[in-house]
Amino acid sequence: MALLSVTSPHIHKPGNTGGFMRQVLYATLPGLFMLTYFFGFGTLINVVIASAVAMGCEALILKVRNKPIAFYLNDYSAVVTAVLLALAIPPTAPWWLTVIGCAFAIVVAKHLYGGLGMNPFNPAMVGYVLLLISFPKEMTTWLPAAGLDNSVNVPGVFESLRLTFLGTNPDALSGATPLDTFKTYAGQPEVLDSNAILHGTFAGYGWEWVNIAFLLGGVYLIWKKIITWHIPAGMLLSIFLLSGFFNTAVDADNYPSIMHHLLSGGTMLGAFFIATDPVTAATSNRGKIIYGFLIGLLTYVIRTWGGYPDAVAFSVLLMNLAAPTLDYYTQPRTYGHRQPNKGLAKPD
Amino acid sequence: MEFLFDNITALGALTAIALGFGALLGFAAVKFKVDGNPIVEQIDALLPQTQCGQCGHPGCRPYAEGLAEGEEINKCVPGGEDTIRALADLLGREFVPLDEEHGQTPETKMVAVIREAECIGCTKCIQACPMDAILGAAKQMHTVIADECTGCDLCVEPCPVDCIDMLPVPETLQTWHWDAPKGIGNRPGELIPVRNIA
Amino acid sequence: MSRRIWDFHGGIHPPQNKKQSSETSIRRAGLPEQLIVPLQQHIGAPGKPCVAVGDRVRKGQMLARANGFVSLPVHAPTSGTVQAIEPRPIQHPSGMDALCVVITPDGEDTWIEHSGVSDYSALDKKEILHRIREAGIAGMGGAGFPSVVKLGVKPDQKIQTLILNAVECEPYITADDRLMRERADEIVQGLQIIGHLITPDEILIGIEDNKPHAIEAMNRATQETDIEVVVVPTKYPSGGEKQLIRMLTGKEVRSGGIPADVGVVCHNTGTAYAIKRAIMDGEPLISRITTLTGDYVADKGNYEVLLGTPVGWLLQQAGVKATDLHRLIMGGPMMGFAVHNMAVPVVKTTNCLLVPTLEEFPDPAAEQPCIRCGTCAQACPVNLLPQQLYWFAKTKEFDKAAHFNLADCIECGACSYVCPSNIPLVQYYRFAKGEIRTQQQEQAKADHARQRFEARQARLAREEEEKERKRQERAKAAAAKQAQKKAAPAEKPAPTAAITGGDDLAKLQTAAASTMKRYKEAQKALATAEKNGTDNLEALQKKVAQLKEKADQAKAAFTSAKSAQAEDAAPPAATKEDPLAALKQASADDFAAYKAAEQALQEAQANNGADTQALQQRVIELKAKSDASKAAMKAARARQKEEIQQQNAASDPVKAAKMEVAKQQVLLKKATKALQAAKDSDAGATDALQENVSAAEQALQAAEHALKKVEEEHA
Repeated sequence: MALLSVTSPHIHKPGNTGGFMRQVLYATLPGLFMLTYFFGFGTLINVVIASAVAMGCEALILKVRNKPIAFYLNDYSAVVTAVLLALAIPPTAPWWLTVIGCAFAIVVAKHLYGGLGMNPFNPAMVGYVLLLISFPKEMTTWLPAAGLDNSVNVPGVFESLRLTFLGTNPDALSGATPLDTFKTYAGQPEVLDSNAILHGTFAGYGWEWVNIAFLLGGVYLIWKKIITWHIPAGMLLSIFLLSGFFNTAVDADNYPSIMHHLLSGGTMLGAFFIATDPVTAATSNRGKIIYGFLIGLLTYVIRTWGGYPDAVAFSVLLMNLAAPTLDYYTQPRTYGHRQPNKGLAKPD
Repeated sequence: MEFLFDNITALGALTAIALGFGALLGFAAVKFKVDGNPIVEQIDALLPQTQCGQCGHPGCRPYAEGLAEGEEINKCVPGGEDTIRALADLLGREFVPLDEEHGQTPETKMVAVIREAECIGCTKCIQACPMDAILGAAKQMHTVIADECTGCDLCVEPCPVDCIDMLPVPETLQTWHWDAPKGIGNRPGELIPVRNIA
Repeated sequence: MSRRIWDFHGGIHPPQNKKQSSETSIRRAGLPEQLIVPLQQHIGAPGKPCVAVGDRVRKGQMLARANGFVSLPVHAPTSGTVQAIEPRPIQHPSGMDALCVVITPDGEDTWIEHSGVSDYSALDKKEILHRIREAGIAGMGGAGFPSVVKLGVKPDQKIQTLILNAVECEPYITADDRLMRERADEIVQGLQIIGHLITPDEILIGIEDNKPHAIEAMNRATQETDIEVVVVPTKYPSGGEKQLIRMLTGKEVRSGGIPADVGVVCHNTGTAYAIKRAIMDGEPLISRITTLTGDYVADKGNYEVLLGTPVGWLLQQAGVKATDLHRLIMGGPMMGFAVHNMAVPVVKTTNCLLVPTLEEFPDPAAEQPCIRCGTCAQACPVNLLPQQLYWFAKTKEFDKAAHFNLADCIECGACSYVCPSNIPLVQYYRFAKGEIRTQQQEQAKADHARQRFEARQARLAREEEEKERKRQERAKAAAAKQAQKKAAPAEKPAPTAAITGGDDLAKLQTAAASTMKRYKEAQKALATAEKNGTDNLEALQKKVAQLKEKADQAKAAFTSAKSAQAEDAAPPAATKEDPLAALKQASADDFAAYKAAEQALQEAQANNGADTQALQQRVIELKAKSDASKAAMKAARARQKEEIQQQNAASDPVKAAKMEVAKQQVLLKKATKALQAAKDSDAGATDALQENVSAAEQALQAAEHALKKVEEEHA
């Protein structure tokens, strides 16, 4: 007979990192559904390609690094990275775009820094930004959302496959996103007012539902205690405040409405799925609020005055840099201490 | 003429600046004068104070003084890696592994023990001990005060009858603590076969 | 009536699993064949034994006295004989043994004379405190802090709130629950004694709302008193002292402080009960209520167990049949300790024995990388950042861990419980805390060592100065004499150069010793490398050669410096030592040469070299030379020893004779040993050895005789 010698506690809440990550994957389903509904099967195909590439790269690198492959693949972190990247790139993107982005995310952004838990930057967003600055044309070609332009049909399974693997004739298909459209025609109220893409039920046509779906998924994650409310709340609050201020107090023609900002582009995906990536975000509660708030601020600033129509990826990466500092300066007040610690300075 | 004048202005300005800064530095030197060399104190505080001499200096403080003057930080054998790291931190230098030429860091703390039956009372070890941790008199048996012994083993060499052993300091219930877990990919805990005691 | 309940940060809700053991009444565990009473069952110094092996003791008799202020006595749990006082396995994660008194019961269970006081208010408070100490009462919730220390209120301190901690928030444990249901009156009496001692403004009993029967019983028992039962919501770890104080009073105990600093004193239910028994019945703490639970236990429930009862025996009584137990936990599932020995005894803090099946408590899963999800930070009841502490502990940045308030961690296990990556966080913290403690101790030791070293240096300098002063005085006197005598005008220069060299000499000596050591180490390394056949032999050999050269140089420098000094200071004394050192050196050199030659030979043989014969010849020659020089050295050493002895003999013949006796004794012992060894191994030469022994015996007798004679002469 042998008895187990182990430190307390002797019981553990059921679950592991893999379970955590699977919950994130489940939460992306509504958004994925909406993207498929409005833009065809392209995104779904991207998700499949990206997942396969991510698993393959992860396994390869683990082999090179001499780590147990099954043990690490079981944590699903590579799949989450892949899915988030696939959700962010356009459905018409050619297959090699997904492969490059995904391989870069896993190999460079994740494993070169030491693998899961060690990467300072969100791997999915590193991959996304690499693609965005290397292949700007492919990365900004979106289809018109279903029902917006009756002359264009939403591609079915085969059409989507053809687009992904055989290339595309962008002129026939290309459509701008609401963020793009507003940026192009900012200050021209007559164009803005007549453009159907900007006038859905709440905000930009089609994109509003995609964002609402991601919001639902995010609420599910909070309910499941996979993420806390702090980062999304901070990020949405700052976008809300800034867009509200500029839209109402400054100039409605140059600064779009609150709803336009909240429900366009990657706002909700960013707020609930990307900014909340625990490895690269701040971890103290106060730190998380500030972290989220500053991501929202940067997003608004770049969207409004920067060169890109959307900016969640850049904002997240910039704030990843600040996360350790935020953590040091927002430590909670420990029981029995009058003041929380500030920074790493020795309190003498 | 104008050329000369310009030069004089430039020279004057430079001289004024030089004087100004000189005065400032002079003032600072007087005002913020540092007594002694606190860096030596700080270094000395990091050294393990075994006074073993394995670094080539007769004691820890001389090595601290050497370090302050730029000597290598990897000579302290009993301090080992931890001390080198602390020194690298304090002196803002790169970490370098221990210079094996000076010896190897023992895995456990050691303490000198005199096999008292064999001691001939020669007092050689007493003279060698930098800690005054050996008790005894000429032709009387000697013994080591274990609490004061730093394990420098300077007493071993001089002993003419080789009656001093360096033994590892035994672990007690008071000094024991948990090891670090085995890390990622390992299950915590270990199976321990049950001892049956009648 | 409702009282405000404050909340504390974090906390978890693990499955309760209390029903299994809470529904049967307390049973007596009975008398085992042997009781093992550890001398330390509390925080602080172990007790000092006051009985001897073979003594007959009666139930309640003191076995060990308190040894200091934070220390407690232990008592015999039953009558019987002290069988042994020796280290035995105890519950400690290190698996080390500790001193225990082992008692074989006589089965009669006869009490020592004892009596209680029903009207304790007539007693002096000091007397009550004394009785509590003498009864050996320690906090029975888990840590085991001597209760009397908490009860001794300083005169300038005012305690506002006395709290009885009846929360029992750990899953599975129901010992306090059952005790309250069945012996509520006695607990309240105990609490009143504590109240009498520390005179608080209010007395509260904190109970979790998952124990309705206990709440009812306590409400009934406190009806006639001003004690208030406060029900707190179920949340682990609300039974932690600091958490309970926060919940009931809203106050926080300062980090590093004690509850009394904020006017609160907290005692455990079992402790209050034990105090009542000690004061009103005069019984010391010799038994306690322990919950036996877990799916391996057939008769789950609470047992009144004599302290010192071996765990294995107790589990048998409760119907544990399986012989393939996988885990045995003393305490609860959140903070209990794994026991890996069935002979471990029940002690004052053993509130639960948990024997789960593998299905109940699966083996811990493998540790995954931390993803910094922060779930641990949400669960931490003291509001730490466990993910950062983990990081610092793992990378051994202990100063940062300390800065992030590692010391405030109560090791409740909530973070490990919720961690999705299954990281054994508590073990990391225990490791880090242990390392920090070790470092602090080492730092203290180093500071102490520095002081001693500096003191020694100062003393040496002073002595040297003294000598120097005297020498100069003598020189002056001599010079004056010389001048008087009008001797040769050319005076010798004073030997000051040598004296100043004292410091250098020490330096040289250290250098010589340390290079020698390094050389030896390198030699050792070389030997092992040769054994294992590593490739870098050449490099090692080179290193050895270099070091040897260095060592020789250092030694030579030292000896020359020393002899120089010796010549200057006292020429005749030093010459004696030189030849021996030279011989030693020669011997070592010759031996090294011999070994090197042997090495070369082996190599040559291995490579089928042509000149093996020449080499062989050389090896033989060198061996002979080495042996000769060794013998010479030995002879010189023996001579020197003899000389010393003779000197000694001249100065003190008794001592010399004594030494001679001792020497002969040693020789005799050696001879006997050799004989014995030869006999054991059936060697043929026993006869010769036998002769040796008898010769040695005779020599010893002669020496003893001589000693007697000398002693008589001197007497």
